[in-house]
Amino acid sequence: MSDRISRAARVLAGLMPVALLWLASLPVCASLGGDVGSVSADSVSFKGQLLSTGMLQYDQHDITTPSGTVVHEYLSRAGKVFAVSWHGPMPPDLRQLFGSYFVSYQSAAAAQSRPGMHRQLNVALSDFVVQASGHLRAFQGKAYVPSLVPAGLSVTDLP
Amino acid sequence: MLRCLRWTVLFALAAVTACGGGGGTSTASSSSSGSSTSSSGSSTSSSGSSTSSSSGPNFSGGGPNIVSLTVGPGPTPSSSFFNVPYASVTVCIPSSSTCTTIANVLVDTGSVGLRLMASALGTLALPAQADPNATGNVIAECLPFADGYTWGIVASADVVIGGEKASAVPINVIDDTGSFSPTVPSSCTSDGTALSSIDSLGANGVLGVGLFLQDCGSYCAQPASDQIAPFFYYSCNASTCAPASEALNLQVINPVSLFATDNNGVILQLPTIAATGATTATGYLVFGIATESNNGLGSATVLTVSSDSGTFTTVYKGQNLSYGFLDSGSNGLFFPDSSIPDCTGSAEADEFYCPTSTLSLSATNQGLNGNTSLVNFQVANLNDLSSTDFALDDVGGPATPITGLGTSYFDFGLPFFYGHTVYTAIEGLAAGSSTGPYVAY
Repeated sequence: MSDRISRAARVLAGLMPVALLWLASLPVCASLGGDVGSVSADSVSFKGQLLSTGMLQYDQHDITTPSGTVVHEYLSRAGKVFAVSWHGPMPPDLRQLFGSYFVSYQSAAAAQSRPGMHRQLNVALSDFVVQASGHLRAFQGKAYVPSLVPAGLSVTDLP
Repeated sequence: MLRCLRWTVLFALAAVTACGGGGGTSTASSSSSGSSTSSSGSSTSSSGSSTSSSSGPNFSGGGPNIVSLTVGPGPTPSSSFFNVPYASVTVCIPSSSTCTTIANVLVDTGSVGLRLMASALGTLALPAQADPNATGNVIAECLPFADGYTWGIVASADVVIGGEKASAVPINVIDDTGSFSPTVPSSCTSDGTALSSIDSLGANGVLGVGLFLQDCGSYCAQPASDQIAPFFYYSCNASTCAPASEALNLQVINPVSLFATDNNGVILQLPTIAATGATTATGYLVFGIATESNNGLGSATVLTVSSDSGTFTTVYKGQNLSYGFLDSGSNGLFFPDSSIPDCTGSAEADEFYCPTSTLSLSATNQGLNGNTSLVNFQVANLNDLSSTDFALDDVGGPATPITGLGTSYFDFGLPFFYGHTVYTAIEGLAAGSSTGPYVAY
């Protein structure tokens, strides 16, 4: 009996990498570079009210989180979140908000870190730009994917 | 259709982070190359210092509520950077005379709370804050910065600075030794890069003496289930931590507010220095506003600030900037001006301005109370300033240009403090003619 259990345990152990691969293949929880489903997923994860406004070249989705921080997500007509921004007393969950771009963000923050210079961060990569700033009770930032920005639109003009 | 998994589901699966990310903690950052300062040029006397601002009180006589504020090198060469103001802080095991004095603690009007590196505390075994809701657990804190976070337990200490003492203060011990066993939660590492080291923060700790009482406030006192990542406070056993609700009186607090007297705010005063810079600069950190004969407002203009963000508004070159603030924890004047060229050569360089020659500029700050105050300032080409000077009053840089006008800001960092007497009044407390939160100068 114990022999069968230990054999089952070995089989399960062998399946773990497959199981983890399956989990990793689930849709990324948004947002930057994600689709409209990722926006509604964010509003759930951020426990926030979602307010959506249709603009000429994009849809603007505003999520107000429990701390009062407001997150904006900008969805192009091509169905991609091309920019996100935030401002409020707490930073948002950037791993969730930046999606697949989070690793680039974290690497750049580590590479550019200097003693005492932690009030702002400017990262400009070819496919990911983020400018974040803040101190206690006041955080804000904006990030975008240059290749996804609708033609002629200035990211600076977005709230 | 597959739904994306929320972090709460995946939290139990330690190997996988939510939302498909690579996960895991980032490696601690090392100081990047290119820092222009070295400690070899430091000396105890400040070159080029002159008498303090004529508009403020004279603190040279000293007193129980006055300690030295020094701009100079950090505790190690790798931790040194220009425009970092330091003071010394003594902490004791509560109700005992077992104490240690820690130098090179950053004095920060942009945050609240005393935070000390575990390595700087050495063998001083401060009691960890117990979680009142989970026997055997202790409370830890993940403090967010613009680019990352610090991590460590909340502990209790008696805090003595000059002649002021506060008892059983909740403070944050930053785990720079790796001795705090639980894994840093992924909901904390989402803030960015790990900053839990002397070289990252540029100091042995931070003395946050800003506008607020607690570092988080009422939001963190809500049930954890009503909060979202990234969380401030966690309840930890030996191996893992879960988000926690933290009552206001247990949160890491502005230690000034717990002094017996002189507890309604602080004053920072640094001398005027030469435009070319000074090796070091020494001034005063004063406790209390209008509580003693030596700390009145004098002719300072009071600007009341937003109770949410601690900010006033600033008009600069005709632009109304939404968020103005005075921040001794910033080492430059950061404001939006696309006509001023950035320094070039690296991502770090273009965080500062490099005009072809020094610019003389001005901005007008307006408090919520309607009072206005003009600030004249200069921005020099950073490359023209000495790399061995720690005190520089004309360093400027761009304020995140893409964030646009609605969230535009003017960060009056340490350059503003040279030649000014700067008052920071804590929220809700009477301080002279007004009630905090306000700034005055």
